[in-house]
Amino acid sequence: MGEKMLMKGNEAIGEAAIRAGCRYYFGYPITPQSELTAYMAKKLLKMKDAAFVQAESEIAAINMVYGAASTGVRVMTSSSSPGISLKQEGISYITCSEIPCVVVNMQRGGPGLGDIQPAQSDYFQAVKGGGHGDYHLIVLAPSSVQELVDLTMDAFDLADKYTNPAMILGDGLLGQMMEAVEFKERPKVELPDKSGWNLTGCKGREHRYVVSFDLDPNILEKWNLNINEKYKKLKEKEVRYEAVNLENADLVIVAYGTVARIAKTTIQMAKKEGINIGLIRPITLFPFPEKIIASTAVKTKKFLTVEMSLGQMVEDVKLAVNGKAEVNFYGRAGGIIPSPEEILKEAKKYL
Amino acid sequence: MKKVFGRPESLTEVPFTYCPGCHHGIAHRLVAEVLDEFKVRENTIGVCPVGCSVFAYLFFNVDMICAAHGRAPATATGIKRVKPDSIVFTYQGDGDLASIGTAEIVHAANRGENITVIFINNAIYGMTGGQMAPTTLVGQVTQTSPYGRDPKTMGYPIKMAEMLSTLKRAAYISRVALNKPANIIKAKKSIKKAFQVQLDKKGFSMVEILSTCPTNWGLSPIEASKWLEENMIPYFPLGEFRTPEEVA
Ligand SMILES: Cc1ncc(C[n+]2csc(CCOP(=O)(O)OP(=O)(O)O)c2C)c(N)n1
Ligand code: SF4
Ligand SMILES: [Mg+2]
Repeated sequence: MGEKMLMKGNEAIGEAAIRAGCRYYFGYPITPQSELTAYMAKKLLKMKDAAFVQAESEIAAINMVYGAASTGVRVMTSSSSPGISLKQEGISYITCSEIPCVVVNMQRGGPGLGDIQPAQSDYFQAVKGGGHGDYHLIVLAPSSVQELVDLTMDAFDLADKYTNPAMILGDGLLGQMMEAVEFKERPKVELPDKSGWNLTGCKGREHRYVVSFDLDPNILEKWNLNINEKYKKLKEKEVRYEAVNLENADLVIVAYGTVARIAKTTIQMAKKEGINIGLIRPITLFPFPEKIIASTAVKTKKFLTVEMSLGQMVEDVKLAVNGKAEVNFYGRAGGIIPSPEEILKEAKKYL
Repeated sequence: MKKVFGRPESLTEVPFTYCPGCHHGIAHRLVAEVLDEFKVRENTIGVCPVGCSVFAYLFFNVDMICAAHGRAPATATGIKRVKPDSIVFTYQGDGDLASIGTAEIVHAANRGENITVIFINNAIYGMTGGQMAPTTLVGQVTQTSPYGRDPKTMGYPIKMAEMLSTLKRAAYISRVALNKPANIIKAKKSIKKAFQVQLDKKGFSMVEILSTCPTNWGLSPIEASKWLEENMIPYFPLGEFRTPEEVA
């Protein structure tokens, strides 16, 4: 058994990152994730062989991550929606360079400066690439403080395994919430050796370089195809989801993160009224759990996707369902959190 | 027989792709000679920019990374914070450093990042075909200042060396030129000082190098050197603006 502690979501991410061996953090303050930046400052500034830099901007922060990660160490940056937008060019470069790192987005209401309330309106940006070019991030969607911890640690492993940035896609509510968490003993995982690509100085070998371009389109196409192979592998091997009450469900809710938590209460409320509602909660948003949604669509003819956005993940649900069932949508925008009652009322419309 | 002239070990065998009369090649060579002289080639990580020197990773025989346009000082910060005992340098053009990357250079200097910046000021955007740079001279005609740079709407050319010298943690800042042998010798000395500052862990160092871009200036290599001497040096005075003694 690991230790149990009561922790705020944002700080739990920081502690998890440090326990996962991350000693380098570069960030810029933004609500609702500033506690994470502060936590990393408090811890890393006192550690040996570690660095915390409050960068001049999110742009600088992600480019610091690029440099640090190119040496082969574990590195993290975090922000919230507007700051994540600023990081996109850098994330695209890092992905093309095939370098691992972890980026945390504790989403807030948008677009624009938006507000500082929890939201899920950066789904498209997170799972479809976000910056320019053909690429994806590995996107993990925690729905409790415990999962913030576990998935942050997993994010470092997955990033290393696939030499691709991984993103924790949370929201302001998860970041601010206090819950008991356990830092579990983790089984040792075999991860690829970085000594074939990391920059160390060229002592005893040829010089090497990390770049994200090739002006020869034939080479660049091959490069893209190689990166794409990793996404195929991710889709085969790393899909994660939670399925609740799918047997004999009259309707299945698809929701992630904070909304999935709320939907669990909805399911309990429905049960009391004799209504059978199921839940598919994607834990990996990329790779997306298409198969379970597709196989469920054969049995349950009704889906309700609920998001704190005006309809983003629902597009992926529809792709997975592929016309085999009815896909409905309910969403709140601008930082409004839907209540369990609200979701139940919406579900009843389709029953 | 003693070899008196050869390629520095810190340069690869890959031939430069720069235009005839372009000073990028001379600047590369000077940096490589300094790395050789300090015997730090195997412990160096260089950061090249987006600009004509985007291919510098092929030319320097050291570990290299190509940063996003303007972000080399941030990328170098990341590397140096992980590897404080490595020699880390950036090599950046004037569009890169003085326009899109202004924030990164100012803050790297202000934090006193222990890196060396080689700043190629050629008063133009070379790679993209000759647009106005923040360092383009008043009246200079470029693709995007077709009637000459008008300071009323385009401002005056930015003097980066002077500007950064106001920062307390900038340990060594100089401006040199490569238009004639005497200046090249001085430039080499200055680059050496800058790397010495880094070796001594005294903080941020930058050498601004006034360079030619004959292609986009529309001049022959000889005319370009003359133009640099007659137009750039009077506005961008050569010399040391900050030395470690002032920092101590
Ligand atoms: C974000 C971004 N914006 C614009 C460009 C296009 N671009 C490439 S190089 C360059 C200017 C290079 O000029 P400079 O830094 O002066 O270098 P030089 O070629 O003169 O050595 C620009 C604008 C880019 N690559 N990335
Ligand atoms: S375009 Fe200008 S800066 Fe670029 S290589 Fe040619 S001469 Fe040099
Ligand atoms: Mg230039």
